[in-house]
Amino acid sequence: MKILVCISHVPDTTTKIKFINNNTALDTAGVQWIINPWDELALTRALDIKDAQAGAIESVTVINVGLVETEPTIRKALAIGADKAIRVNLEPKDSFVIATQLAEVIKKDNFDIILCGIEAADGNGSSVGGMLSEMLDIPSVSATTFLDIENGQVKLQREIDGGHEVIATQTPFIAIVQKGICKEPRIPSMRGIMGARSKPLQVIEPVTADSLTELVNYEYPKSKAACRKVDAENVKELVQLLHEEAKVI
Amino acid sequence: MNFEYTEEQIMIQQAAKDFAERELLPGIIERDEKGEFAKEQMKKLAELGFLGMMADPKYGGGGMDTISYVLAMEEISKHDSAAAVVMSVCNSLVNWGLETYGTEEQKEKFLKPLARGEKIGAFLLSEPEAGSDATSQRTTAEDKGDHYLLNGTKNWITNANSASTYIVIAQTHPDKKHKGINALIVDKNTPGITLGPHENKMGMRSSDTHSVMFNDVKVPKENRIGDDGFGFSFAMKTLDGGRIGIASQALGIASGAFERALKYSKERKAFGTEISNHQAVAFKLADMVVKIENARNLCLKAAWLKDQHLPYGFASAMAKQYAADIAMEVTTEAVQIHGGYGYVKEYHVERLMREAKLTQIYEGTSEVQKIVISRTILKD
Repeated sequence: MKILVCISHVPDTTTKIKFINNNTALDTAGVQWIINPWDELALTRALDIKDAQAGAIESVTVINVGLVETEPTIRKALAIGADKAIRVNLEPKDSFVIATQLAEVIKKDNFDIILCGIEAADGNGSSVGGMLSEMLDIPSVSATTFLDIENGQVKLQREIDGGHEVIATQTPFIAIVQKGICKEPRIPSMRGIMGARSKPLQVIEPVTADSLTELVNYEYPKSKAACRKVDAENVKELVQLLHEEAKVI
Repeated sequence: MNFEYTEEQIMIQQAAKDFAERELLPGIIERDEKGEFAKEQMKKLAELGFLGMMADPKYGGGGMDTISYVLAMEEISKHDSAAAVVMSVCNSLVNWGLETYGTEEQKEKFLKPLARGEKIGAFLLSEPEAGSDATSQRTTAEDKGDHYLLNGTKNWITNANSASTYIVIAQTHPDKKHKGINALIVDKNTPGITLGPHENKMGMRSSDTHSVMFNDVKVPKENRIGDDGFGFSFAMKTLDGGRIGIASQALGIASGAFERALKYSKERKAFGTEISNHQAVAFKLADMVVKIENARNLCLKAAWLKDQHLPYGFASAMAKQYAADIAMEVTTEAVQIHGGYGYVKEYHVERLMREAKLTQIYEGTSEVQKIVISRTILKD
């Protein structure tokens, strides 16, 4: 079996986000870029399965849609243990464009298991996995918290309200991965880091695809209101404020 | 001149940071309290290749440069210097010594398992009456034809219990003084080796430190490193590199204390505002960060010289003396910024202060570094 892990190149989750150009672009000055945390968990699970089932998994490939500056992030995935990587040479504009590019590669290369993080930590679109499933006409399992292969059979679990659903499916399929798929992302080993540059990183040109959405501008979240203290004796006022102002009851 | 790290160096720094935060920080207070060696964590650190990170890949090492080593040592030392000293002894002293001066047979037999992280090494130089003054070795390695017979006691030996491979510095020809000293590779399981109790130390309490006694320990002749009498020179050259490791450890202790003090100063309020808004605290933070930056630059300069195969003994002595001394100053100020909280264990800075003290003492005291530095500048 061949596993493909789709990885996004996102700002470190502790980044202080600033926008420029009339709030239409992220200020990337000083930003440290990382593998999207959900994608990193997906990659870790793929590698764990490969390690546990020597021979059952032929390869783990990572793919990213991005320009050359995403290559350090891709090489981090190679350092962690992916066997090879593909970069589609295109600045990702929206989920549809990304999914179109990924689908083209997957159609040609016959991957059996395709893993996507449930969302990207920057755009939080949560849509590439579902779009890919539609474009490729293969099943997808959302919010996957468990994935394993037992005697050639794929077993998945997905999160549902208050519990889990156990799912079996045929390959090829897409698992949209949620936290819980593995305990922690893998730390690359020293040899993995030093060997990352010698692993194949194939750069392919994109197919034509138009964005279906347009980013108008970003808005900062409203700053938190100041804390208001209500006298301990005045329960009525507290209830009224919670009801009318905070609208939580 | 280029101050940028490579992609690999950044990855190593991040890997060390992740490992330290995830694996070493939880439980450090208890390990420190009990003086407990982080056995499981060391196994994981070894599996990731940190213990053999600079050794040549042909011997199973990571093949990384000294800059990467400085970055990794700093990150690990921010949280657990006792773990960092295992890394330092293995990389800078034992592996480097074997790789640089060992025969191919010695490298095959002893370096490979060390570089792969399957075994831990220890460097046995200090004695009850020979610490920084390494010329006065009392431990003897009597030449018995096909083997040496080791007798004597080594003190303050890091990794003494956890190591499998020792490099022992001992006197073979007392009449030749330091030119009669040899460096021998000794299997810890050789009959005649006994360990003293675990040292109950002020800091780095979970580091595995013991005295090691040799009583008629037979060491095959082929385990001698270099020519007869090379041992003192071997020890001095090895310690030049060791200083980069300890300097980086001191740097990590200082930056770990600084990061905690910075965070605390922005949270803790006094007189109606965060204490970082008080100039008395803000200036302390400014002084700390300048010292840390200086120490980091000295460490990186020494590492760069070593990587360029240029002389680095002077640079590593400066890095070690300065980083150790500022680690003591910075950790003391970090405790001061934390006030009463700094004096209790949960906030880590008191531990870092205790750890900083050792960096001014081992692998050549700050005073010995000043001897090296002053002799270098005065020799012409």
